Amino acid sequence: MTTLAPAHPRIDWSGMVLALLLTLVIVGPLLVVATWAFTEVWRYPNIIPQQFGFRFWGQTLGRPDVWNALILSLRLSTVVTLLSALICLPAAYAFARMTFPGRDILFFSFLAGHAFPKFGLLVAIAAIFLQLDLIGTFWGVVLIQLVGTLMFMIWIPVAAFQAVDRRMEEAARDVGAGPLRVFWSITLPQAGPTIAAALLLSFVGTFYETEGAWLIGAPGIRTMPILMISYINNQMVIQYGAVLSVLLWVPSFIALMFARRIIGGGAFARGFGG
Amino acid sequence: MSVLNIAEVTKTFSGGTNAVDRFSLDVAGGELVCLLGPSGSGKSTLLRMVGGFEQPTGGRITIDGEDVTHLPPERRPTGMVFQSHALWTHMNVFKNVAFGLRLRRMPAKQIREKVEAVLELVGLAGYGDRMTTQLSGGQQQRVALARSLVLEPKILLLDEPFASLDQHLRERLRDEVRDIQQRLGITTLFVTHGQDEALSMADRIVVIANGRAEQIGRPDAVYRDPKTPFVAGFIGLMNLIEGEVKNGHFIRSEFTTPLPIADGPATLAIRPEALDLTASNAPTARVHRVTDYGSHGLVDLDLADGTRLKSTVANLDLFQAGQGVGLLPRAVAAYRENQQIYRS
Ligand SMILES: Nc1ncnc2c1ncn2[C@@H]1O[C@H](COP(=O)(O)OP(=O)(O)OP(=O)(O)O)[C@@H](O)[C@H]1O
Ligand SMILES: [Mg+2]
Repeated sequence: MTTLAPAHPRIDWSGMVLALLLTLVIVGPLLVVATWAFTEVWRYPNIIPQQFGFRFWGQTLGRPDVWNALILSLRLSTVVTLLSALICLPAAYAFARMTFPGRDILFFSFLAGHAFPKFGLLVAIAAIFLQLDLIGTFWGVVLIQLVGTLMFMIWIPVAAFQAVDRRMEEAARDVGAGPLRVFWSITLPQAGPTIAAALLLSFVGTFYETEGAWLIGAPGIRTMPILMISYINNQMVIQYGAVLSVLLWVPSFIALMFARRIIGGGAFARGFGG
Repeated sequence: MSVLNIAEVTKTFSGGTNAVDRFSLDVAGGELVCLLGPSGSGKSTLLRMVGGFEQPTGGRITIDGEDVTHLPPERRPTGMVFQSHALWTHMNVFKNVAFGLRLRRMPAKQIREKVEAVLELVGLAGYGDRMTTQLSGGQQQRVALARSLVLEPKILLLDEPFASLDQHLRERLRDEVRDIQQRLGITTLFVTHGQDEALSMADRIVVIANGRAEQIGRPDAVYRDPKTPFVAGFIGLMNLIEGEVKNGHFIRSEFTTPLPIADGPATLAIRPEALDLTASNAPTARVHRVTDYGSHGLVDLDLADGTRLKSTVANLDLFQAGQGVGLLPRAVAAYRENQQIYRS
């Protein structure tokens, strides 16, 4: 192992190996997929495609179902994230700052829902939704994906609220702010970066969510990831799937850029550290 | 006329801790009262009840005749300065100070004038654009003070505001706060466990122990005439000697001194500066150590049973360790059952 502060600069072999492994495991497949997206001909045993081109981009983007799915996915993610914030932020604040009977059990149950195999839960919910005529509807999918965001939209903001100095809030009360005003002007901005991280996770997580969207949404609701899966399953043209998956990176990139802008690197990391 | 009245206020926390116990105090307009006591004596709890951050479990608090006992902090005419300054780190200095004025919907121009004036008052003119994290500890505490002062509270509450600062800064800020307080004539409750702080800046001192007022009085009076053994031992250096009174004499080991009170156990209190040492053929104490403080000398003495006493002397050269001396108290106070029963 390497020491924390080596006396003289040395090559950090273990670090290099780790970086290399990460590159192979994460960047490698991404590169392959990206390459496929711009490939027109690539036959075994060649290492490099014989012919690059945008033919499949034109074909993929020319399909109305792709655009419908993209817009639907963005709408879903936005609605789910907003609803989740509306429900979870006040709840997280309550968990962090108030004592009420059953508080610990309730908090635990939010986390416990994610400790069990998720598919069983989904099937149970699907059965209920069938009764309520929510299967195959936009709001049905919203509801199921909302459930998926609950854990980190509660857990992370609870940690964020708990980290806010109580004295700061008291000082605001002292100069005349009521409880709501204190929450809005002091607590929320103080917890802001961490909560922004949770919102981002919620948005991106919802965008890529497939299990719930498929189980509840099919066949009427086809989100981007589901569309991609069906392409890969039903059509032997690899490029369709590759183009779509490259397209799917776009929201993560935008989200990450956005995150860096509003939070800044350090605060973003702190958000995950609590 | 009293501005703040605390009447029989009690606070029992849910765990059963009796933090404040039937505490009463009257504070006159413009007065600075120091709450002085050891750690855990209930000073902060009392202050927080005046500020509205804790609810008393008994008693009443009135400000200018208005019962505020059950009002939330935002509806009390009090301003609190916390030990940890509690500045809002996501706002700059100006916004920190202006926040309370904004809540009062004051026009922007007027807010600017007031904030600038108060920043000038605390010696931070021109610091408005700084973020609070870019300030030193002393400057942060000044901003916290400005944040309270700008609202012109009827009562200023300070909870060990300088505890985290170094000695020099603490003394300087202490003087500045006292100046500002007197200039504005603002009624102030000041919590500290430093007796220097209390003695140097207070109009009156409240010595608190176990949530109760042991003694309330002017600093010099509390120092000169402590009414309980606790106060005697807490303020300044004091020899507190447990002993017996027999036939008008206090006796501890070989040390006796006339004490005209009824027979029985008693605690004798003698300031080191009121305990003279004499050459004696039958010494009652032995010199343990001699310490030179420059301005004066301090002699540590042991009675035959090991009781340690201290005496302040002008001429150190007369004493050396191991030497036998006689003791001659010039002024004493005696306590029995926690009450002062005699003072010479
Ligand atoms: N929120 C609380 N819940 C339970 N007990 C408390 C609470 N706050 C204070 N106490 C207890 O009340 C007593 C008085 O505490 P307080 O903070 O008022 O003391 P203090 O005189 O300010 O001490 P220090 O000089 O250390 O600040 C202590 O025994 C403390 O443990
Ligand atoms: Mg305290």
